[in-house]
Amino acid sequence: MLRDRFFKFGLKLAGGLIALLIFSIFVSLVIASIPSIKEFGLSFVFGKEWNPVEEHFSALPFIIGTLLTSVLALAISLPFSLAIAFFSGEFSKKGLISSLIAYATDLLAGIPSVIYGFWGLFFLVPLIRKLELSFNIPPYGVGIFTASLVLSIMIIPYASSMARDVIALVPSDLKEAGFALGSTRLEVIKKVIFPYSVSGIFAGLLLAFGRAIGETMAVTMVIGNANRIPHSLFEPANTLASVIANEFTEATSDIHLSSLIYLGLILFIITFFINYIGNMIIERMSVNGRS
Amino acid sequence: MESEIIKIRDFSAGYGQNFVLKNINLSFEKNKVTAIMGPSGCGKSTLIRCINRMHELNLDAIHKGDILFNGKSVFETNPILLRKKIGMVFQRPNPFPTMSIYDNVIAGYRLNGIKLSKKEFDLIVEDSLKKAFLWEEVKDNLHKKGTFLSGGQQQRLCIARAMAVNPDVLLLDEPTSALDPKATAMIEELIVELKKTVTIILVTHNRTQAARVSDFTVFLYLGELIEYGSTETIFTTPKNPKTEEYLIGKFG
Repeated sequence: MLRDRFFKFGLKLAGGLIALLIFSIFVSLVIASIPSIKEFGLSFVFGKEWNPVEEHFSALPFIIGTLLTSVLALAISLPFSLAIAFFSGEFSKKGLISSLIAYATDLLAGIPSVIYGFWGLFFLVPLIRKLELSFNIPPYGVGIFTASLVLSIMIIPYASSMARDVIALVPSDLKEAGFALGSTRLEVIKKVIFPYSVSGIFAGLLLAFGRAIGETMAVTMVIGNANRIPHSLFEPANTLASVIANEFTEATSDIHLSSLIYLGLILFIITFFINYIGNMIIERMSVNGRS
Repeated sequence: MESEIIKIRDFSAGYGQNFVLKNINLSFEKNKVTAIMGPSGCGKSTLIRCINRMHELNLDAIHKGDILFNGKSVFETNPILLRKKIGMVFQRPNPFPTMSIYDNVIAGYRLNGIKLSKKEFDLIVEDSLKKAFLWEEVKDNLHKKGTFLSGGQQQRLCIARAMAVNPDVLLLDEPTSALDPKATAMIEELIVELKKTVTIILVTHNRTQAARVSDFTVFLYLGELIEYGSTETIFTTPKNPKTEEYLIGKFG
């Protein structure tokens, strides 16, 4: 009895600590960005200019850069993640090929992001530059598109491993019911397996999206670090995370530093809202969510 | 004979190297209920899963011999087309949890991408649910999910789903083993009614159920066909002593 109570107390303590930790991160971000909030207020969020020399700061270019790279990365990785998930979750649960694929995708998650950045810089950037030359647009090589490509590879394991697990968990008696009605495998996948696992697949995509939004190192290396609103996908830009990483060491004035932390606060809030909305959608999509 | 819709010829089946069913010869009469009974593990389910080729969904499934459906080998028939003619209801009620009651009934059409008008679908849904004795209970909740029904109602929904595509044969794999006595009685009543339109093959390990609903009874033991005949004969004057031992409850 007593040990049970201790155990329960320990669990509560651990859970409570996490909540407290997140809350205190939020509070310390707010406190550290107060100088910038006082100076620029809410117009910081919608302003278009980021100029450290004139000490004029605003966040819109980076919010746009962040959302653009993440959405694009998710869109590029989606067909690959889903294909991997359906292959290893339904078509070939066991066997050499599927375990090779599972091992390889898990390994993708384990590669340090600086390696992805290096690979992007030395392999992708020249390739994109050639592409841009052939399209007759300024051959930066670096930019939104390059960053999205690198990101899309980095987030595949997050989306696919979660989707694979929920697809593998679809009860076999439901699949059998589908086959017994004279359905082909594709029809069973589309009309039985997919609707049943869609909420879990979406949760995986959300995880991948959150990862893309926050990814710093690799993005910083290939996005070109331009502090302006991009007008095309092939232009250099910056994301919230990449501008913080890029300018943190050289921020000499207090207002510059505080503005960078303000960016961090915005990133924190965006991540929070995406998770919140995402979880609401998952709730509504799940099998027992609606009547 | 014209009335024999399914004929099983020198048929064996199993998994890997192991034959669960051994050299079965058997025919099923049209518009009759044939019960297949026997203790657990005797191959009852394997046998009916071979009839609509569901057995092959197991990667290591093996078989030899032949099964004829309307005179044609099922193994030479496209399994997709075969399963539209030979419906199946499983041990555990398995309505699709993502679909409403309405969509569950017409799932056979939806899954196969067959598009009919709303009116035609409405008719099929009403007709199939009436056939499954479920219409009165669910007619006001057709667009709610089927998972909120009781176990017995769910199983009747599965029967309606199987009947909606107008099969010639209905395979019932221990359809009442997960149900309470009241729900079981209802399904049994339904089985007797359904044989007007379809041929029914009922797997059961419930001896009295076989006696109550079937016209013919097959007794399988350890993968072998021990006895086959009219239900009355099997239950009153079994020829094989093994059958008698099973019926009086000496094993299984």
